[in-house]
Amino acid sequence: MDLRLPSKVLEHIFSFVDSNEDRNSVSLVCKSWFETERLTRKRVFVRNCYAVTPAAVARRFPGMRSLTLKGKPHFADYNLVPDGWGGYAWPWIEAMAEKSPSLEELRLKRMVVTDECLEKIAASFKDFKVLVLTSCEGFSTDGLAAIAVACRNLTELELRECIVEDLGGDWLSYFPETLTSLVSLDFSCLDSEVKLSDLERLVSRSPNLKSLKLNRAVSLHALGSLLCLAPQLVELGTGSFSDKLDQEAVSKLAQVFTELKELKSLSGLWDVLPEYIPLLYSVCPGLTSLNLSYATVQMPDLVELLSRCSNLQKLWVMDLIEDKGLEVVASSCKELRELRVFPSGADVDETNVALTEQGLVYVSEACPNLESVLYFCAQFTNAALVTIAKNRPNLKCFRLCVIEPFASDHETHQPLDEGFKAIVESCKDLQRLSVSGLLTDKAFEHIGRHGKKLKMLSIAFAGDSDLMLHHLLSGCESLNKLEIRDCPFGDTALLENAAKLETMRSLWMSSCGVSFGACKLLSEKMPKLNVEVIDEHSPETRPDSSPVEKIYIYRTVAGPRMDMPEFVWTKHKNPEIGVSHLAIE
Amino acid sequence: MITELEMGKAESELELGLGLSLGGGTAAKIGKPGGGGAWGERGRLLTAKDFPSVGSKRAADSASHAGASPPRSSSQVVGWPPIGSHRMNSLAAKSAREEEEAGKKKVDDDEPKDVAKKVQVGFIKVNMDGVAIGRKVDLNAHSSYENLAQTLEDMFFRSKPGTIGLTGQFTKPLRLLDGSSEFVLTYEDKEGDWMLVGDVPWRMFTTSVKRLRVMKTSEANGLAARHQEPNERQRKQPV
Repeated sequence: MDLRLPSKVLEHIFSFVDSNEDRNSVSLVCKSWFETERLTRKRVFVRNCYAVTPAAVARRFPGMRSLTLKGKPHFADYNLVPDGWGGYAWPWIEAMAEKSPSLEELRLKRMVVTDECLEKIAASFKDFKVLVLTSCEGFSTDGLAAIAVACRNLTELELRECIVEDLGGDWLSYFPETLTSLVSLDFSCLDSEVKLSDLERLVSRSPNLKSLKLNRAVSLHALGSLLCLAPQLVELGTGSFSDKLDQEAVSKLAQVFTELKELKSLSGLWDVLPEYIPLLYSVCPGLTSLNLSYATVQMPDLVELLSRCSNLQKLWVMDLIEDKGLEVVASSCKELRELRVFPSGADVDETNVALTEQGLVYVSEACPNLESVLYFCAQFTNAALVTIAKNRPNLKCFRLCVIEPFASDHETHQPLDEGFKAIVESCKDLQRLSVSGLLTDKAFEHIGRHGKKLKMLSIAFAGDSDLMLHHLLSGCESLNKLEIRDCPFGDTALLENAAKLETMRSLWMSSCGVSFGACKLLSEKMPKLNVEVIDEHSPETRPDSSPVEKIYIYRTVAGPRMDMPEFVWTKHKNPEIGVSHLAIE
Repeated sequence: MITELEMGKAESELELGLGLSLGGGTAAKIGKPGGGGAWGERGRLLTAKDFPSVGSKRAADSASHAGASPPRSSSQVVGWPPIGSHRMNSLAAKSAREEEEAGKKKVDDDEPKDVAKKVQVGFIKVNMDGVAIGRKVDLNAHSSYENLAQTLEDMFFRSKPGTIGLTGQFTKPLRLLDGSSEFVLTYEDKEGDWMLVGDVPWRMFTTSVKRLRVMKTSEANGLAARHQEPNERQRKQPV
């Protein structure tokens, strides 16, 4: 008796399997499941654009409608990856244009996207709907115009923290009058002023518009008229909040805000003047997400606002909120799930010392759903970490950045080993952790022993020896991404735990003590990894024992990449390992 | 040479002909912190100064791209603190605007902002020659020069066994104050002059010090000191 389910039945069943993690498991069961799954997968995520070739992805998933790609490693956000390293979107767009012309959605993160790419998208995908670019660079506003003019069914255009060559605000005018499908528009990272009348007309003819994030150049006055046209907004990113308005204009604006009955998310608020804070009071009770990280108002004003946000789940704010302000957040925002506190000064010297570990302790005590934290602070204590760990065992993401490198517990002058031990012991579901402050190898012994669900770990200026790396690679079973900078280990732990690297997505190490010889050895032993040495000076002109600047190691089935710049070395550049003094063209 | 890279070896043993021997080769022996065998070998802690800064030029490029100059950072460390470039540019633009406005308007309406932001509470910066990353000490937490010197010694030359300090090379105690070691402790006072630490009463020192520097003795010649002869002789001892 043939026990196989007919593929039509399988297809129907698989249509209920949404998560790609589940779909990946499904495809491992047997050949027919693999086949059925791949034919029915609509949304494809490639979390490292060099792990697989565009052609292979297109071949495997012919029904693909949505593609998400990530390029550069995370530390590129902090300028640690030199320009020209890679992460080019073009090969992907070219391949999809040919093999998956029904593609509707493209989401790219940390990739190099050129105007040619955008033009190609506009020309190739007839039913293109969604373009989301996060931390991308390489394109200009001309490319945006190409998208605007050609994508008749565009629903989402979002530019999040991209570096764009801004040639002016004309691009917005290219949206045709016939385009009425817009649901989300985010141009907050652009500098130039767009024509207000074009923007107003666009908003007026977009009844489905739910999310609008303006750039800084949009004045407060303009905001008022836009909001009149889009009272249905769920997400709003304001422009600059600092024009001087007369009394009448202010009350009109206040009125407009009271009409925003659906508003759940508010951001922007650049340069917001304290006297305009009350304008926002009417929307506060409905807000679940509030991004004040560019609002340079002081604690008393922040407190006035936040005490009214009883439904807030996500809060991003600067350290201007101080401990006192976080105490108010703790008592007012009981639904809080995610808290990010950013520094208000660019320099270590300018750290606001009225924000200490106590602020985070308050929130951890009072907000039962708090599961994600990013906290920049001048200094910390083990006692605070222990308390936070005890209060919030449900933490999933804990990123603490003690701004002073090597800062010890400021009360006991001990390393913060015990504090982070408490965190990993107590928070059994912790998936992402960033550590900072003075840490010895012991801290990493604790992390290795207890951080069993840890997927991503970021480390800077910590540890004493190879032991630290060894603890992590041998202990953290779920480790997927590890990024380390300025830590004193060498080759031994890396080579001992080489096999682990194939179970991880990637490993980044910069300004550590790993030698060129070790990189070569690792490359040779582990053919399924790309071991990239990123060094301004070709490592081959130096002895094998000399340490290299940066190393990026990732598993891949795509083999060596063809687009490496001069300053990236892999073994494929010079197949005869061990022969030094080869000049690189 | 190629033979140093043993390609045919069993998975559990990796042998390097690079001067690092792995001894037992298995992870089981790792229990000893800083102990013998493989784990005695440590990498040298490198500071940003050891490399030409590949990243910082890009920071300057991308920052100017976005229309603001990169923030002037007191340490030379690229990418620290880990704030995304958009945010960095925004902070830089903000402080540039504030400086501009401070030049134009009178201080009065800026005061509350300054108080919130710039209160240092007794923390002053300490830099050491040859180390890119500066540290901070809380003067209020110290009662004497000896106290302070000890803290600085712990900070820059951690003498605990099994650990390395920032520089990784020095393990003997420093004795910053008596002029007998390779380094001397100096400070910049309110007038901008650099002086040798230890000449004035502690209280007077804490009110006039702006920042500290652990300087190589060889470079400390000619620094202003209140008491001249006996101390000078001591400090000019060969390194």
